[in-house]
Amino acid sequence: MLAEYLPIVVLIVLATGLAFIVVALGHLFGPRKPNPVKAEPYESGMRPYGPGRRRVSVHFYLIAVLFILFDIEIVFILPWAVVLREIKMVGLIEMAVFIGVLLAGLIYAWKTGALEWE
Amino acid sequence: MDWQDFLSVLPFIIVAGWATILLLVDLWIPANRKGITAGLAVLGLIAAIAAVISRFGIEREAFDGMIIVDGFSSFLQLLFLGVGVIAIAQAYDYLRRRDIERGEYYILLLYSLSGMLLMASAGDLIVVFLAVELLSIPLYVLAAFAIPKADSEESALKYFLLGAFASGFLVYGIALVFGSTGTTALSGMVAAIESAETTPILLLVGSGMILVGLGFKVAAVPFHMWTPDVYQGAPTSVTSFMAVGAKAGGFAALLRIFISALPGAAVMWMPLTMWIAALTMAWGNIAAISQTNIKRMLAYSSIAHAGYIFMALPAAATPEVAPEAVRAALFYLVTYAITNLGAWGVVLAMEKAEGSGLEIEDYSGLGKKRPALALAMALFMLSLTGIPPTVGFMGKFYLFQVVIDANLIWLALVGVVTSLISAYYYLRVIVVMYMRDGEPEVRSEALLNSTIFITAFGTFFFGILPGFLLKMINQVSLLDLFR
Amino acid sequence: MVLLEVVQGGGLFAYAPLIIALPILGLITNIIFGRRLGERFAGIVASGVVALAFVIAILQFLALQAHPEGVTIPIAEWISVGSLSVSWAIKVDTLSTTMMLMVTGVSTLIHIYAIGYMHEDVRFQGDPGRYTRFFIFFNLFVAAMMVLVSADNYLMMFVGWEGVGLCSYLLIGFWYEKGEDGIGNAVAGKKAFITNRIGDFGFLIAMFLIFGAVGSLGFEEVFDWAHAFGEENVLIISVITLFMLLGVAGKSAQLPLFVWLPDAMAGPTPVSALIHAATMVTAGVYLIVRSNPLFSVTASTSNIVAIVGTATAFFAATIAVGQFDIKKVLAYSTISQLGFMVAAAGLGAYVAAIFHLINHAFFKALLFLASGSVIQGIEAGHHHAEHEGADIEEPFDPQDMRNMGGLRSRMKVTFWVYLIGALALSGFPPLAGFFSKDEILVDARLENPALFFLLLAAAFLTTFYMGRQVFLVFFGKARSEPAAHAKENPPVMWVPLVILGVLSVVSGALNLPKIHTLTDWLGTTIEHVHITEFSFSVAGLAVVFSIVAVVLAWMIYGRKPIEKGEADPLRKILGPIFVGMENKWWVDELYDFLFIRPYVAICWFLADVVDWRILHDWFHDSVLASAYRNGSQWLAQVFDLGIIDGIGNGLGNITKGASQRLRFVETGYVRNYALAILVGGLLTLTYFIFG
Repeated sequence: MLAEYLPIVVLIVLATGLAFIVVALGHLFGPRKPNPVKAEPYESGMRPYGPGRRRVSVHFYLIAVLFILFDIEIVFILPWAVVLREIKMVGLIEMAVFIGVLLAGLIYAWKTGALEWE
Repeated sequence: MDWQDFLSVLPFIIVAGWATILLLVDLWIPANRKGITAGLAVLGLIAAIAAVISRFGIEREAFDGMIIVDGFSSFLQLLFLGVGVIAIAQAYDYLRRRDIERGEYYILLLYSLSGMLLMASAGDLIVVFLAVELLSIPLYVLAAFAIPKADSEESALKYFLLGAFASGFLVYGIALVFGSTGTTALSGMVAAIESAETTPILLLVGSGMILVGLGFKVAAVPFHMWTPDVYQGAPTSVTSFMAVGAKAGGFAALLRIFISALPGAAVMWMPLTMWIAALTMAWGNIAAISQTNIKRMLAYSSIAHAGYIFMALPAAATPEVAPEAVRAALFYLVTYAITNLGAWGVVLAMEKAEGSGLEIEDYSGLGKKRPALALAMALFMLSLTGIPPTVGFMGKFYLFQVVIDANLIWLALVGVVTSLISAYYYLRVIVVMYMRDGEPEVRSEALLNSTIFITAFGTFFFGILPGFLLKMINQVSLLDLFR
Repeated sequence: MVLLEVVQGGGLFAYAPLIIALPILGLITNIIFGRRLGERFAGIVASGVVALAFVIAILQFLALQAHPEGVTIPIAEWISVGSLSVSWAIKVDTLSTTMMLMVTGVSTLIHIYAIGYMHEDVRFQGDPGRYTRFFIFFNLFVAAMMVLVSADNYLMMFVGWEGVGLCSYLLIGFWYEKGEDGIGNAVAGKKAFITNRIGDFGFLIAMFLIFGAVGSLGFEEVFDWAHAFGEENVLIISVITLFMLLGVAGKSAQLPLFVWLPDAMAGPTPVSALIHAATMVTAGVYLIVRSNPLFSVTASTSNIVAIVGTATAFFAATIAVGQFDIKKVLAYSTISQLGFMVAAAGLGAYVAAIFHLINHAFFKALLFLASGSVIQGIEAGHHHAEHEGADIEEPFDPQDMRNMGGLRSRMKVTFWVYLIGALALSGFPPLAGFFSKDEILVDARLENPALFFLLLAAAFLTTFYMGRQVFLVFFGKARSEPAAHAKENPPVMWVPLVILGVLSVVSGALNLPKIHTLTDWLGTTIEHVHITEFSFSVAGLAVVFSIVAVVLAWMIYGRKPIEKGEADPLRKILGPIFVGMENKWWVDELYDFLFIRPYVAICWFLADVVDWRILHDWFHDSVLASAYRNGSQWLAQVFDLGIIDGIGNGLGNITKGASQRLRFVETGYVRNYALAILVGGLLTLTYFIFG
């Protein structure tokens, strides 16, 4: 029975191995000539305007958590959409309940001001 | 999947759904009228109680065995819902007093309760895990409810970190058991173990990890260390609910998994649970002696009581005794719930607005100042010690009897000796209340008083006439999964 | 019509638990509100709930008309340990309902009477605050009595049995700081309680034996067992019933445990009437009748029961002749009449026993209440006379019949009802006592002629002492100033007397010869009933004896009433026999000599000589202390101080120390806690993998 999982094990080994190898290769063969510009934190091409270890408003985390929360629903909705034809009405209702719960969360977050950014 | 299945989880749907609705309703309730939320929450609980009662006596499996409806689950669900009602009544004035009144309190409490309800009727390890998380996460938040009080935050963080750690054990254990038996359904596991198509080592390691995870929930030694800190730091009304509800929830899962799904491995887990029970009783009771803070004292007391209930597990390893052991554990859980809710209620009445008044010394002179309250507290202390005519005595009596029936005489002896030790610190409270002079500041709030009265009455009434309860419990049995 | 349907459907049985609940409700109400709302409220509530209980009893009676077999109404499972299973259940059948009707009916009347009586009494005794307490106890008594008669098993009956005993104790000592030397009443209460404990011991042993033999305490199971296996178990049943008889002797004041009842008269008069005459003391008779399937199996015990009853009847009657205290006469009379009932039960005449029990409840309650009325009339006269400055000898005893006389004209109602009660007790036709006593006598003649003659003699004495009492109290001239100023009491007191008087006249009709209403009625419950035919010879003999006794009493006390300070004329006639009667044949002194003194002496010996002088003075102070001193000096030189410390600390400190040490484990760091969980988990896994 466990044999069925062998491909996964192989995948895990390969993936981990590849990651290590790539990083190691870069280390081995990459040239190392640091200058101040290179040592700057990468900010998506913008000019950094302070040290990287700044304190970030807790609100940022709140928004981030909420984002993940509402984002993750996709994980459920995608497979659901694939099999919707088979599970028919029941599936539709259940998803409605699911979305409803999410909606309640959203309303709550909105009303309590979690989405405000002042 | 048919509609019957949804009826089977109706109490859960009511509580969880009602909590979600209340979450929205509460947004439009003004901050100084949160009593409305509390009232609505109680209404929801009453509806759920009605739902449980309406299907009392029915035994069935729902959602392909994910959910089990039987006497065991119905009984526990009634207990949880009753605890919920009392917990809300106890919290209302306390939250106002401490100025932390927010509607979310009651909503989180409902969510946690829904987890407990699910736990009682879980028929699958996945559902068990879901229920554990559903009952725990709101409790983490509740523990932090007195934010920005440092001790409340500390309590919540400790509870959360360690709880997450323990959940890791639980879920890993579930995975290993699945790896061994190829199923997560409890009924399937029995069949798998019987057919010997299992990998014993994986099964054992897995069930050991489940034991660790759930042992944390019920605060069994050596997974109990968080208890005093968390109980002390959390707002007292939360502690009261946590001490009773979370523990009962943990035991619901322990009894269900080990007694009905893993009797095949009983030879293995029997000695282990026996040692855990003995250690827990001894540690809890001995450590409680040197406590000066009533919340810590009661925390250790709750550890000790977990040890007593834990005794039902090794006893249940003897198949003939198993049904009685489950009943004795249930009876003890009720005993524990009634008495502890009452005792925490008294603690709530004694706590001052800024959170002091929690030392045992602060109870000096209570006997003179509020004779009725002191009498109730004395009753609770006697019940926790296990002295007749209180329900605590009946609970211990029943439990010890079962343990002796299972031929674990030395375990029963440990129980008796540790009970004796416990008399030392329980009776000290009585001594302080009646024989020391003092001027305690006591609250007198109608709702709180009525919960204390009800629990005191229950403690006394079921101590004299346990027949009502026994009759109900005697109809309870775990759904036979061997079919 | 609706009512009729309900009656026939048996729906009224459902109300039976109320008969216990109502008095409890009353007493709770009085505990909470009684003091605040005053005397009137307390009295009305207490009487009202008992009256309602009486109504419930009537409803049960009606329901039984349609369903004479009765029902058992389960209330709760009470004890379930091993094979012992006892439940709270109320048995409604003709026997228990008869008792319920009688007890609640008489209680109602006495409660009403007590409203008036206690109003005066608490003022006379100087503590009006105790008024409410009296009614709380009284209600408690009714509740306990209801538990007793409605029990469906021996243990529940025992609860009621103890409950009424407790109430009896509380009410005898109601004025606990009064009486001889300021503790006389408390001593009387204690005596009643302890004597009853001896009886209870018998009842308890009987219960243990029943459980041992039958495995159950339920009436039905026990009686079924007695039917099925009674013949081969005669020996054990004899032992059981003998122990029961001990219980009966305690509760119903039979030889040799009757000594508490006369002293119990220390309680207020309504207590004497209700508890120590009409209801509680008949519990023993009820126990025998209820257990008739057991008693009828064993002829030997039944004989002993009959002999005990007869002996008590005669013995107590002789003492009653020599008493001067108006209530003591009635107390001994009660013992004597209880003897009649027990004798009847022993002779197998269960219906006659219950019949006499009911009649006796009516006329003895009447007599006691009337005597209370007399006492209070005299106390009122005492007060009045003092006011007028009359010369009264102190201390003045308002209960001494030598201080009375001539009350016939001053207290008319009381006189007439007293006369009715006395005639009913004496068994003059057609009053109540005639029929029931006659039934007992007929049965006795058939079963055992010796007992018959003794009972006849007791009946003769009964008439004589009642005649003596009536002549001493109501006839002649007043022998003291208070008696001369005595006055009638208010209607709240004499109306119940009149009702009881009427009942005493007519209650004989319950079981008239040839009709046998009561026999048929109880026949559905009691298995061993027989119809006692009326016998003209026995009845005639009894009536002739009674008339002779009255004439004799008139010749001694009525023709020439005794004067103030004059000795009892009977003393001259009977000589030393009268002295014996007057001193209760020295039974109390005998018990004192045989049991109490040796017991106290042993206690004293143990406490003073063994414990104090030997153990404390000699062993502890001399032997132990010196040995300890010497020993410890020696040890101190040999052993390290630390070890001695260790020994001295003892187990408690070890536990405490362990507790302190465990405290250090609790560091407050999450990492440590997590480590503990991890270690625990690893240990668990190690055990599972390698264990």
